Amino acid sequence: MWPNKFDYARAGSVDEALSLISEDGKYLAGGHSLLPVMKLRLDAPGQLVDIGRIPELQGISANGGLTIGAGTTHDAIATSADVQAMCAALASACGQVGDQGVRNFGTLGGNIAHADPASDPPTVLVACGATVNIRGADGSRSVAAQDFFVDLFETALEDGELITSVSLPNCSDCQCAYVKFPHPASRYAIVGVAVCLKMDGGTCAQADVAVGGATVKAVKCAGAEAALAGTTVDEAAVNAAAEAVKADIADWLAGDIAYPESYRQQMAGVYLKRAIAAAQG
Amino acid sequence: MQVAITVNGVLHERDVDPRTLLVHFLREELDLTGTKIGCDTSQCGACTVHLDGKVLKSCTLLAVQADGAEITTIEGLAENGQHHPMQTAFWENHGLQCGYCTPGMIMASAAFVRDNPGASEGEIRHYLEGNICRCTGYHNIVKAVKQVADAAAGS
Repeated sequence: MWPNKFDYARAGSVDEALSLISEDGKYLAGGHSLLPVMKLRLDAPGQLVDIGRIPELQGISANGGLTIGAGTTHDAIATSADVQAMCAALASACGQVGDQGVRNFGTLGGNIAHADPASDPPTVLVACGATVNIRGADGSRSVAAQDFFVDLFETALEDGELITSVSLPNCSDCQCAYVKFPHPASRYAIVGVAVCLKMDGGTCAQADVAVGGATVKAVKCAGAEAALAGTTVDEAAVNAAAEAVKADIADWLAGDIAYPESYRQQMAGVYLKRAIAAAQG
Repeated sequence: MQVAITVNGVLHERDVDPRTLLVHFLREELDLTGTKIGCDTSQCGACTVHLDGKVLKSCTLLAVQADGAEITTIEGLAENGQHHPMQTAFWENHGLQCGYCTPGMIMASAAFVRDNPGASEGEIRHYLEGNICRCTGYHNIVKAVKQVADAAAGS
């Protein structure tokens, strides 16, 4: 399959990319979400601005928290010692995207701009309180991950805006994990759950929970978080959280003929329990 | 758009339509038809090649993105007239049925064992999730990869 015809331009810097982008243009990084979309004729941009070689979009820096350049590949994130230490759930999620060939070229920025509800990294970014850093013609802005994902394949990005990096707080003292129920054929998440527990002694001072796959976007789950916070994360608290999470995602459920909404809603509770168990290691 | 791509050690300069996928560039511009097109949606791995040593599904990259890169295809894996050990192992273990997925399987496996000598059978099976054999001939494929992984660990 050939994608539609388009004009192609390669940018050497973020400034150049912003100046090159046209009204019906899209940014091309690894292309591992965008090109399949174009080949399937789900989108047909008139212009691609290649941002794949812009040095300032590359790399991971650990300075108190993590800053991950938008052009960093899933493989680079999954295998980064800094990410493994400071946000183990993100390293795990990025290591579960597609397969090795996809992870070698697909980028974090491209992944979240695409906003596939069944993808893994968005769920972790929402749970762990990530910030998406964006540049546009009018300057820079930062959006909390949970506000960045708006709806099915829909983000807070405005026309012409470019994701430059994603920032994450240091989670090295948290118990965090991402666990998914992979589709048996595609390995996309039927349900994916990310948890981040901040423990103070034996008590959970703060719990962060997000669900993806079962929903049209990664959803922050306040009810489940409230059920865990202030507890010792004992069986009763975990059961209460698994019940509450079903209500948290009720307005955002997605499903298909094989895995309908009601089934995914139930499984979100099951996978929350598994994610908590994994986080507690 | 003008591109300069080194394929199997030979530099090729061509003027391509920007929408040309790397797999089309290889097959149709360079007549390197060892690389196959299977699902065409980056799932099956029949089009697997190496870009600067990394495993890539060549149906999911534009030729213009590969400008300046070094590509290795199945035609370039043998050296000095000698099969790559992975090619030999597929031959010895009959790691194929119809053979359509074989170039992609060999390219993916060659990179995997290079980076993971001594890989276990479980690791090999997990790694090969990105390469699909529609004959379901996985048993001998895994056997072939294991043979090379074991030999690489011993050397």
